[in-house]
Amino acid sequence: MDKIWLIVQREYITRVRKKSFIIMTFVGPLLMSALFVVPIFLMQMSSDEKKIVTVADAGGLFSGKLPQDEKSSIRYIHAPTDLETAKAEFKKSKNSALLYVPPFDLANPTGIKLFGRENLSLTLQTSIERMVNRQVEAARLQKSGIDQQVLDNLKANVDVDTVNLSDEGEKSSNSMVTSGVAYFMAFLIYLFIFLYGVQIMRGVIEEKTSRIVEVIMSSVKPFQLMMGKVIGIAAVGLTQLLLWVALSSIVITGVSAVAGIDTVAASRTQQLETVAQSAGATPKETEDKTAVMYKSAMEGFSNLNLPLIIGSFLFYFLGGYLLYGALFGAIGAAVDNETDTQQFMLPITMPLILTFIVAQSVMIRDPNGPIAYWMSMIPFTSPIAMVIRIPFGGVTAGQLLLSMTLLVFGFVATIWIAARIYRVGILLYGKKVTYKELSRWMFYKG
Amino acid sequence: MSNILQAIDVHKAYDAHVALNGVSLDIPERSIFGLLGPNGAGKTSLIRIITQITGADSGEIRFRGERLNPSHIAQIGYLPEERGLYKKMKIGEQLLYLAQLKGLSKADATQRIKAWIDRFDLRTWVSKNVEDLSKGMQQKVQFIATVLHEPSLIILDEPFSGFDPINANLIKDEILELREKGATIIFSTHRMESVEEMCDSIALINRSRKVLDGPVSTIKDTFKTNTYEVEGKGRLMVIHPDFEVLEHKERENGYFYDRIRLHEGVTPNDLLRYLIGQVEIHAFREQIPSINEIFIRRVRETMPESLVEENV
Repeated sequence: MDKIWLIVQREYITRVRKKSFIIMTFVGPLLMSALFVVPIFLMQMSSDEKKIVTVADAGGLFSGKLPQDEKSSIRYIHAPTDLETAKAEFKKSKNSALLYVPPFDLANPTGIKLFGRENLSLTLQTSIERMVNRQVEAARLQKSGIDQQVLDNLKANVDVDTVNLSDEGEKSSNSMVTSGVAYFMAFLIYLFIFLYGVQIMRGVIEEKTSRIVEVIMSSVKPFQLMMGKVIGIAAVGLTQLLLWVALSSIVITGVSAVAGIDTVAASRTQQLETVAQSAGATPKETEDKTAVMYKSAMEGFSNLNLPLIIGSFLFYFLGGYLLYGALFGAIGAAVDNETDTQQFMLPITMPLILTFIVAQSVMIRDPNGPIAYWMSMIPFTSPIAMVIRIPFGGVTAGQLLLSMTLLVFGFVATIWIAARIYRVGILLYGKKVTYKELSRWMFYKG
Repeated sequence: MSNILQAIDVHKAYDAHVALNGVSLDIPERSIFGLLGPNGAGKTSLIRIITQITGADSGEIRFRGERLNPSHIAQIGYLPEERGLYKKMKIGEQLLYLAQLKGLSKADATQRIKAWIDRFDLRTWVSKNVEDLSKGMQQKVQFIATVLHEPSLIILDEPFSGFDPINANLIKDEILELREKGATIIFSTHRMESVEEMCDSIALINRSRKVLDGPVSTIKDTFKTNTYEVEGKGRLMVIHPDFEVLEHKERENGYFYDRIRLHEGVTPNDLLRYLIGQVEIHAFREQIPSINEIFIRRVRETMPESLVEENV
């Protein structure tokens, strides 16, 4: 135990002192906050630039009044009703699309055409389609004698409050916040297993190539060396994570205080206000609406079972890392240099990548479905799958216990296998190893 | 003289390859022991069993009479053939780490490191990374790491390969001094001539079997052929029933070189007396076989001819 502790210390101290660690510690939060801030700016930038769609309304669908919506990124303007002239004009202009509405039968409108310069983007096409549909609907309603005023009054804009019904009673939840938290945790685990798992592998290869390993082997058992390395690097990873969290929150607070998010939010509110005003609502109501949204997000956040989420995140973070770390260590022992690692890396990283992809789609949509359930039980996939499921609730204590137990067993089993590969492989130089050989190493006698 | 280490009928096989086939050894306390044999004979396998890096398939190793166990690790110092250091670690920290892994306390280790650093003139390098050191200096550091915990058994695998002559001599002196202080040293090498003069006892290993072992003086006595080398001037004609000329060379200006074997019961003085009457003698000495020659002879005796070719 003393020796493992010595190895842990060495692995930790030499790594934390490295320039790359220090640089990553400072650059990481910048990158992370960039990840959050940049899309907001991009969104704002693209929303400023409006797409212009000309409408050749030969059928008189719009009856001279084109829909104008400040919120949407499309502006409609009139074009000559003659299709050929409109086309010729469109070709000369820089407009995004040309909508042609021929004379039509309101009961069965056909022949409406949309001309684009190249392939039209799907979003543009759907929003134009939606607009046309609305217009046709409105025309039909009007034809059947319903007043425009009545129509406006009929329009509803309701935010549905989602509420969790569970044993502890009702809790309002916010599925956006929940998905965000789940996804963020899964991403962190995925990232750290890759970043630091590979470091274990590199460390082992380094010991092999610098030929120090035999000196070490005469003092400690291979298992001690491997455990020391895995734990030491885990500590480095946790240190980096904590530093990132601390620095990121400083940077994000700093950035938003100085310029960033407040102005973005302000401009957003302004947009909403103008929309609301044009719809006849008072600014007060809009403000309320934003406040309600914000409040519901915060409420959703505070109603998550945070102790459970953070506790299980740490468990799966460490468990997943240890499980994969041992395997990465074994790969390092089996090969001579990093270029040889490819053939062994793939089968080990596959389950991880697969879970991450499935997590983003299937699991977030159906966190308690069979795929999510099974993936959250299998030790190779559970570190990511379980942290996706937990924030949504619905994971019973029994399931959690089973998954954790399986992960611990999985970890013990992989360490056992990895230690065996490690023990034989680490003293082997200049030999290309095959899978067949690896499986034989597992059953070597001391 | 008691034995510090005993190997009793040790077997070890890897897959299809047999590395050690019933090897038994006795290594006396406070001696320099040569473990000799060609590459691939099984020397490193035996050493890895002694250093507890691997285990034997069968047989036993005894350290001062006790069955080898992890408590002996602190009493063994090992300089492997494949040796290295962490490149990006400072010399002082590295030595401290390796010493602590051998079970030395931090305070003890620090004190001893200081003494060795002074002795090997490495003071200005202590806080330098290993990669900034010359190869010779790295070798010194490796040697210090091997002996820092004052082991009673020091195992050096191919110790002088890669050492420059100055360092080799430095290390040789240190080794002799360590033996004076009570340590036992095992040299393992395929270059037999490099350690011949230092070893008290040897064991010859070939093709996973021990072919010969014992004190160097005894072995040499056994393998002496009662042959003498004579150099001098004049015309030498040996026609005598007691003497047999194995080799005769005429050199320039009437000089000659001969190898003459004496028959049973004949003394070198008899030969000298016979020669003095005929020629002028410049040199007369007994031909003592080198360990290398003994090895080759022994392998020829114990193995089929076809195998000998590959090994020698």
